Amino acid sequence: MPTQQPVEVDSPLRIGDLELTSRLILGTGGVTNHQVLTDIITASQTQLVTVALRRVSAVDQSILDVVRACNVSVLPNTAGCKTARDAVLTAQLAREALGTSMVKLEVIADDVTLLPDPVELLTAAEKLVSDGFTVLPYTSDDPVLARRLESVGCAAVMPLAAPIGTGLGIRNPHALQMIVESAKVPVIVDAGIGAPSHAAFAMELGCDAVLLATAVTRADRPEQMARAFRDAVLAGRTAALSGMIERRYLARASSPTSGLIEPSAP
Amino acid sequence: MTDRTATNNLTVTLNGVATELPHGAHVSDVVVHALKGVSSSGVAVAVDGVVVPRSSWSATAVAHGSTIELVTATQGG
Repeated sequence: MPTQQPVEVDSPLRIGDLELTSRLILGTGGVTNHQVLTDIITASQTQLVTVALRRVSAVDQSILDVVRACNVSVLPNTAGCKTARDAVLTAQLAREALGTSMVKLEVIADDVTLLPDPVELLTAAEKLVSDGFTVLPYTSDDPVLARRLESVGCAAVMPLAAPIGTGLGIRNPHALQMIVESAKVPVIVDAGIGAPSHAAFAMELGCDAVLLATAVTRADRPEQMARAFRDAVLAGRTAALSGMIERRYLARASSPTSGLIEPSAP
Repeated sequence: MTDRTATNNLTVTLNGVATELPHGAHVSDVVVHALKGVSSSGVAVAVDGVVVPRSSWSATAVAHGSTIELVTATQGG
């Protein structure tokens, strides 16, 4: 038998100043209480969690205490923003409030699809990069837009698998693969993941990380689901580093084709 | 202008709500007013679309008619 290729040791994922050994980024949207949040952060073994920014009167302010107690980094988002102007101000407020210049840039087109508005997104990305931010844009699975976002200086690109909260999984693996093949920055699949197999698939396609929230926070047993996603992301990543077989359309025997017995006719 | 001097108050829009503040109020006073004594850790302020850094809160006077946003982190995807 030919000698096996040496094990490819995974290196940490670097985004800006951050170094992550876990390739699962956890969103906190939809979490029902602080204990569940602590449980899913612990079970997922994530090192980076997202938070949103909202007016003080409308929110429970202690989420930061919970996140910090878990010793993970915080990635603020600009969720809900529909214009570049609002997203830029929200990012600047987040930097001031949380002391991080990393931002998950989200500029949505409408409340029904929650799809990114590509024009506003690119405008906001450019402004934030020039303002010193480490920008992680939530984008559509359009390879051209991903390239444009990279070219204005985004630290990563985060294409959707499917619309936010749908759990439909990767709708266009071909587009995602094209993004992965051309990107020089990390590709993080963000949104639309429902099942651990979707997350594993994203990693198998060569994505660098997966960001998900609802799939865990709205599961019947969030902590258990967080563990399932931890394992799935790890499995997909390990597979991507292990050289998967080429797909083919006709069968190829795995048992030896020689040395078969030749029984005499009955 | 005359009315405001008479009542010694100024009106701002604080997180979308018309709010009366004492004349001469600074951003730091707005924060105390909005948080009702709760710690301002993790809070950021923008006045008329511009972030006011924490270090400038007590030195920044609030103008009548300002739009003030006070935000903090909450759960979100």
